[in-house]
Order: sequence, then C-alpha cells, then structure tokens
Amino acid sequence: MVGTVTNIEEKELEIIEEFSLFEDWMDKYEHIISLGKELPLIEESLKTDDLLIKGCQSKVWLHAKLEKGKVIFTADSDAIITKGIISLLIRVLSNQTPTDIINTDLTFIENIGLKEHLSPTRSNGLVSMVKQMKLYALAFRTQQNA
Amino acid sequence: MSELLTDIEAIRAQFPILTREVNGKPLVYLDNGATSQKPQSVIDAVKHYYEYENSNIHRGVHTLSQEATAAYEDVRKKVQKFINAKHDHEIIFTSGTTGGINLVASSFGASLVRRGDEILITAMEHHSNIVPWQMLCERRGAQLKVLPISKEGEIDIEEYKKLIGPKTELISLVHVSNSLGTINPIKEMIAIAHAQNIPVMIDGAQAIHHTPVDVQELDADFYVFSAHKMYGPTGVGVLYGKEELLNDMPPYQGGGDMIKSVTFEKTTYNELPHKFEAGTPNIAGGIGLGAGIDFINSIGFDFIQAHEAELSRFAVSQLRDIKGLRFIGTAKERAGLVSFVLDGIHPYDTGVILDKLGIAVRTGHHCTQPVMNFFEVPGTVRASFAVYNTKQEVVKLVEGIDRVKRMF
Ligand SMILES: Cc1ncc(COP(=O)(O)O)c(C=O)c1O
Repeated sequence: MVGTVTNIEEKELEIIEEFSLFEDWMDKYEHIISLGKELPLIEESLKTDDLLIKGCQSKVWLHAKLEKGKVIFTADSDAIITKGIISLLIRVLSNQTPTDIINTDLTFIENIGLKEHLSPTRSNGLVSMVKQMKLYALAFRTQQNA
Repeated sequence: MSELLTDIEAIRAQFPILTREVNGKPLVYLDNGATSQKPQSVIDAVKHYYEYENSNIHRGVHTLSQEATAAYEDVRKKVQKFINAKHDHEIIFTSGTTGGINLVASSFGASLVRRGDEILITAMEHHSNIVPWQMLCERRGAQLKVLPISKEGEIDIEEYKKLIGPKTELISLVHVSNSLGTINPIKEMIAIAHAQNIPVMIDGAQAIHHTPVDVQELDADFYVFSAHKMYGPTGVGVLYGKEELLNDMPPYQGGGDMIKSVTFEKTTYNELPHKFEAGTPNIAGGIGLGAGIDFINSIGFDFIQAHEAELSRFAVSQLRDIKGLRFIGTAKERAGLVSFVLDGIHPYDTGVILDKLGIAVRTGHHCTQPVMNFFEVPGTVRASFAVYNTKQEVVKLVEGIDRVKRMF
C-alpha cells in the first residue's frame, strides 16, 4: 500500500500526464498560452495595489478567501505565459485545505519542464506568488485554530 | 598603424560565446545594451593577470606588485587617450557607471548642494542617474528637476534652457538613452549650461562603445561609463572628471590607498586619482578594460559606427512592416538599438518565446520606469547591437517576432 496521495498530488499527476503529450516546446507553450487566455480573470475591482505582486517583468494579482475550510484562489497577470502558469498553480492549489497547501512542494512545475518560470531570476512575480499563496494558507490555518 | 579588422566573420570568431547554442538554437545575442560579450583577448588578459601578475597594486616593492601596478596604471593612460582627457589623473576607476554617478552625487553633492538648490536631469535617465540624485536631494533639502521628453523620445533645447536657473547646481544627462536609443545633443547642452557656470555630468554607459568620445571637445565636467558594455569585464568602470573639480571635491569613501598619512587625530588625503580610489580595486577588471579598449581600437569607430548604424536601419526597415508593432523611441539621432512593443502581446511573453528560439533580447522597463510610464507601456522589447551582430541575426529576430505573433 502506497502512502495516501493528497488531493494536491493527484492534480499534479493529472497535469504531468497532460503535459507528457507535448513533443516540443512550441506545443507546450501554445498550451500554456491557451490556458492563460482561458483563466477566469480576477474581478477588475479586486485588481488593487494591495493584491498586486510586482515582478520586474510582469505583474500578478492574487486574491484568496477561505470557504468551508478550503482556500479559494483567483489570480491574474498582464502577461499571458505568466497567466498560463498561474492557471496551473490555481488548478493545483485552489480549493485545498490550508495544511495541504502549506505542505506541498509543487514538484510538478519542474516535472513538466517549466522550472525556469519559477526562478527568482525571471522576476515575473511567480515566485512571490507561490510564497504569497502559502502565506495566505498559513494565515487561514491560524484563523481556523484560533 | 596595423590594419584594422573589418571582416564580421573574423570579428565574430574572436567571441567564444557566439558559437554556443541556447535552447538547441544558435545564440542570437541582441542584448548588448545590457552587457556586451567579451572577445578572447579580454578573457585572456584577465586570465593572464591571475596566472602571472596577480598581486596587490600601489603597495609592494616586489616585482609582481610593480608589474601589476604598471599594468593597471597603463590602463589609466589608455582610457585617458581613449576619451582624450587632459590628464591621466582625471581618470578615476570605479565599479561602473552607477559607482561613478554615486561618487559624484555623494562627494560633489555634499560639498556644493544646499537647501533650495536644484539638480537637473532628463525624463529618459536610467535609474542609476535618477536615484542617487533623489537621495542627495532628500539629504540636502534640494530639488530634482526633470526635463520632459517628446513622443519621439527627444528633449527640447528651449525647454532645457527654461529649466536652467540660478539655483541649478548640477546637470546630469544621458548621452545615449538605453531604452530609446536617442542620442542627446550633449555638446550643445553642455555649452548652454556652461554659459551659466553650471557643471554637467554625462552618463555615457550606452555611448562609449558606439561613438568616439572626446571629453575635452565636449567640455564635459564629468563623464561616466562601464567596462562591461564596451567588451570588457563587469565590475569596473570609469569616472572622468575635470582636474579642478575633482581636486575641490572631498573624498568619497575612506580606506587604504586614498590617504597620504593617517593618525587618529588627522588624516591627509592622497592626490588624484587615488583620493577617490579607496581599497583594493578590481585590478583584473581594470586590465580587462584595457584589453576591451584595444579591441575597439583594433576595429576603429569608423567601422563600428557604420556597421551598427546599418544594422539599426535594417532592423527598423524590417520591423516596420510587422503589423501591430510600434517603435518606442523614434528620435532623429539614434544609436545601436531598437525598442518596440507588439499590440496585445506583453513584452515578457515576447521575450520568453524569443528565448526559446535562441534569441536574447531585453524585455521590461530597462531600469527606466519613468520612460515606460510616459509611453504608457509595461515595458518594451529591446534589440541592441554590437559590432559582431549581423543582418542575418536581425532577420532571425524578425522571423522570431512573426512566430510570437502567430502564437498569441
Ligand atoms: C544609460 C545607462 N546608465 C547607467 C547604467 C548602469 O550601468 P552599470 O549597471 O554598469 O553601473 C546603464 C546600464 O544598463 C545604462 O544603460
């Protein structure tokens, strides 16, 4: 019996499988771009400066709320590739429990060959976004336990 | 004089990095505005220094120290000649353009700028030529005045004249803009300032490798640049300053090399240029800078200017036909780069795809956020040229942009 697979890990495996179909980088990026275009936008009223994560290259807005013990993330970016990767992160991390979010390593990003996008040198706001997602989760867990 | 090198393939052959592949594609390096690649001669000079001459300078009677000191000081003379300074002690080695501007802002600023005084810059300055002045103004209660730019990315001389007033203590201007390519009429601007006895500092980071600079002819009071944009190593640069001004300025940093005598009661300072060179400098970098100048001289500015102008013209003519492409910076006098945005496609997205194609361009605000705000763009895509770039590379860029447009 293998250890229990968390909901997050399941989603990660799903994405890894989805990306294994692409033969070259072009197909992969075209997929990310279409994900970016599909991502439901964050409400314009929520695109405020306090939700803004400033990368040097692209901007990211992140909103989080707790609903029935799960964290719901919505996010947006002014760059489509960044947005496509955000959409993957949201697919994995949204609607999960704070504890699961805090504990995950998000290995899928490396697995599907997009690690470079989560490197601080890219300064696209994604590294800070992941950090921010975990901070939200931490804050919600503290709230729950209070 | 030995024959000048004007064959592009022979020039390219001197740059080992140009043979490498990026993402499985031959590298097309069009980010020379950020830093240029280094020829073998520069790499060898740095290596040779560490292998044969390494020792500290200005401090030893032993042979190695003497040799290293001589090699380093020879570079000072080489720089003097390269920019036609009157004296070699007017050449101060710094860590780069940013280091030079901070030195002047701190030292000159501290001795001259008082409450209510004004410093004048332009709206197209690099952050390096904005922030040190902001910091100075904050410290001294002075005011930073900004000369606006036009939609073409040019300054207006009449506006400039109007902004200069009795309170202006210093003017600091970019020679060639790194985000727009604009060449500013600095000689005329310096003359206008001098008519009112106001000193002018020039940020030459993007000019020094594109065009011959003669600080005496320009009559610049200060001129700063970085070695790494002129085929030399990172972490070293030059502040040129007129002797009288440098002599009147207090030291910047304290430490070894910049002193004549030290007691706990009183320290007397060394003479120029050492007064401004505290601590062990980037000796290897300095020697690499000398080799970078030799490299430029081995080609000559006649060829460099003609070749880079031809590349820019060609790039503009090819890019102009791309639908939805808008140039940012269309000044009449421009050097070495094209900056543009694509309708509906973020510069970051463009840069990521071009990188996948092996094409290195700069995307973003280029450390000139006020310029981006002025043009109301989040950033631009910038292709900046060096002497080793070719028209085929420009064609690859154009094809790359076509690909980007199809993908988004
Ligand atoms: C116009 C201009 N000024 C200043 C700088 C800063 O140069 P450095 O980072 O070498 O100090 C640059 C480099 O990007 C530049 O292009």
